[in-house]
Amino acid sequence: MKSMKRLMKSLIAQRHIALPACLMSTLIPATAKAAGLAEHVFELPSGVELIRVLTLQDYNTRVVIIGTTLLGLAAGLVGTFLLLRKRALLSDTLSHATLPGIALTFILITYLGGEGKNLIALIIGAAVFSVLGTVSVIVIQRYSRLKDDAALGIVLSVYFGFGIALLGIASRMETGTAAGLSSFIYGKTASMLFFDAVLIGATALGSAIVCVLLFKEFTLICFDYHYAATQGWPVMRLDFLMMTLVVIVTVIGLQAVGLILVVALLIIPPSAARFWTRRLKNMVILSGLFGGLSGLLGSTLSALMANLPAGAVIVIMASMVFIFSLAFGSAGGLFQQMIERRRLTNKVARENLLRKMYELYELRDSAQTASQIEEGFRFEDLLAARAWSSARLRRTLKSALSAGMIQGDGNQRFTLTDKGLHEAYQIVRKHRLWEAYLITHADIAPSQVDWGADAVEHVLDREMIQKLEKMLPDLKDVKIPPSPHELQAAQSVT
Amino acid sequence: MSPTERSAAAKSNDTSEQHSTMPDAGGLSEDSAPLWIHDLTVAYHRKPVLWDINLAVPEGKLIAVVGPNGAGKTTLIKAALDLVPRASGKVMIYGKSYENQRHLVGYVPQRESVDWDFPVNALDVVAMGLYRKIGWIVPVSRRYKDKAMESLEKVGMAPYAERQISQLSGGQQQRVFLARALAQDARVYMMDEPFAGVDVATERAIVALLKELKDAGKTCLVVHHDLQTVPNYFDYVVLLNMRVVAHGATEEVFNEDNLKKTYGGKLTLLSDAVYAFSKDPRLPSGTKGSHQ
Repeated sequence: MKSMKRLMKSLIAQRHIALPACLMSTLIPATAKAAGLAEHVFELPSGVELIRVLTLQDYNTRVVIIGTTLLGLAAGLVGTFLLLRKRALLSDTLSHATLPGIALTFILITYLGGEGKNLIALIIGAAVFSVLGTVSVIVIQRYSRLKDDAALGIVLSVYFGFGIALLGIASRMETGTAAGLSSFIYGKTASMLFFDAVLIGATALGSAIVCVLLFKEFTLICFDYHYAATQGWPVMRLDFLMMTLVVIVTVIGLQAVGLILVVALLIIPPSAARFWTRRLKNMVILSGLFGGLSGLLGSTLSALMANLPAGAVIVIMASMVFIFSLAFGSAGGLFQQMIERRRLTNKVARENLLRKMYELYELRDSAQTASQIEEGFRFEDLLAARAWSSARLRRTLKSALSAGMIQGDGNQRFTLTDKGLHEAYQIVRKHRLWEAYLITHADIAPSQVDWGADAVEHVLDREMIQKLEKMLPDLKDVKIPPSPHELQAAQSVT
Repeated sequence: MSPTERSAAAKSNDTSEQHSTMPDAGGLSEDSAPLWIHDLTVAYHRKPVLWDINLAVPEGKLIAVVGPNGAGKTTLIKAALDLVPRASGKVMIYGKSYENQRHLVGYVPQRESVDWDFPVNALDVVAMGLYRKIGWIVPVSRRYKDKAMESLEKVGMAPYAERQISQLSGGQQQRVFLARALAQDARVYMMDEPFAGVDVATERAIVALLKELKDAGKTCLVVHHDLQTVPNYFDYVVLLNMRVVAHGATEEVFNEDNLKKTYGGKLTLLSDAVYAFSKDPRLPSGTKGSHQ
């Protein structure tokens, strides 16, 4: 331990670490130093570097950042339809299937004496094999009894395995260097050239145009493929076009993000967009924006920190966007759900309190209760009236007070206000209507109905109540269990 | 041996009295019937379903298709709409193949056949029934939105036009599907279990709608599972259990005898035979009608 401290001290003394980072990252360089890697691990950028990258002064950085942003945009747009067509896993298989295509193309071109790393040729090879992979999946699905997941798993691993084997062969070829080929697996933005960025830009523009023009048609086949077929739409061709867009975005993205991670760019942005909107048009736009944002942030961050691979950082950024959306999204995010649940719980508790007080009011004939009504109910009386915790009751009382349903005399005694009385009457009425309905129409024993009514009274809406009123014109004939009283009694109060 | 020959052989066992070679329904001819099916057999990959169906459906009637689970009710509609491959047989809509008569047919699929968590609202779904009229690329214009709205009004769903479809109840979703078919303004409607799992309000709305369609001279073929309501809702019945057991006016064919034939266990031999037949490797397993 002592030696460790000494090492760190000496490190700081040597000013090995960039100044703003010295506090945060002392430990990392210390261990790294021991491995002899200190120069390369997790160096935070200097201020000058930061400005250079952020203002896109550097030509290379500029190309990479613009390229990956456009890639994210294209993937987000196309990915929306992919996700809605429930093909997320297929796209994973499809991207893995590209590897043998890449390796094989390289081997072939090198063998013929050409430049093996011709990007266009490699992309075409990749595309051909991703289509082959998709066809393999379809063939297995149709002609074997295997289920979809097995078909996808088999094709993915078999193609990938072949790809790795072929890469091994490629790297041992005498002519040509296969060194860069493995970057297609994990991605390497640094090698992105101006031409690549233009290619990505063209793809993004092309897929955006197709998605806008065929928005209506794509929506239809994603929602109801068979109906589209009965309407005479060329569903197969539309489906094929949609998958072609996916293939193109995948192979274009291979070099930047790598074939393992490119699927994330297709699936995560639309999934995140889902938590903000219930309209497809907005979802497509948001998904494109999220994809672009992930590309932008990811490549910027990776340009700032020398040893972070861009592909991985882009995916991490996308997942940040996703997690944020999952938590705080306005269309079904977890936080929103929590608030809604809390609101409902509070409403139920308040309605239970009001109903309980109302039922106590109904007992006013007995002398004891009469005095209670006069002076208000004590906290203890209310606590005993129903199975609730004192904390829950205190919270509920507070919320009922602030809603003006009850009033307290400051002495822990509570009475219903006029507004509260009216509200309570409505709730009791709902409760008893529902009980009567259960007894008369659902054949449930009177001793059992109270619990059922307890749960339902809070969710009955106006329309359902009107129906109940119509069905139960003569409540007097219904024998409701003793604890809640007959509706006639309830009506006489107001 | 072709499926037709096989079916002829099978017929002599059990059901000889039920079939004539040509469909007959009040002298309906191939050219005038809204739906005319001849020798239809569907027995594709792992799902044996329909066996030598002959059927002619009269115009302007409400027709129930009833039968036990797995009787091929849904498949009958899907085969008529070219959605499943046929092993043999011919289907005509007003004398022409479905391909040429799409505009005359409104299809209401089973509600469970789609993902209702899809990010569109009720009006969007109904507008899908108009996409063919709108044509390629052009977005849905005001005019067509109004048209879709009219259809929603007919099923009492206008107040929910802007609601996302996952937030509708099952019955409301069903009415949206009906409205989508209505928007097509077809002459024949084929509905797959529109009454399945719907609330009373929806059931009433659908019944009223069917009456309205009938009054307008439309033909409605409805897959139905509730035998009790058949005599009230429908004036024509097709009893189906892999083959057509009986079809005709409700008061004539909807009787205990025929129901027993449709639902009773008598036909297990036939279903076993059809099942064995469906394993025939020469049957199409995706491509259409290769055995014709």
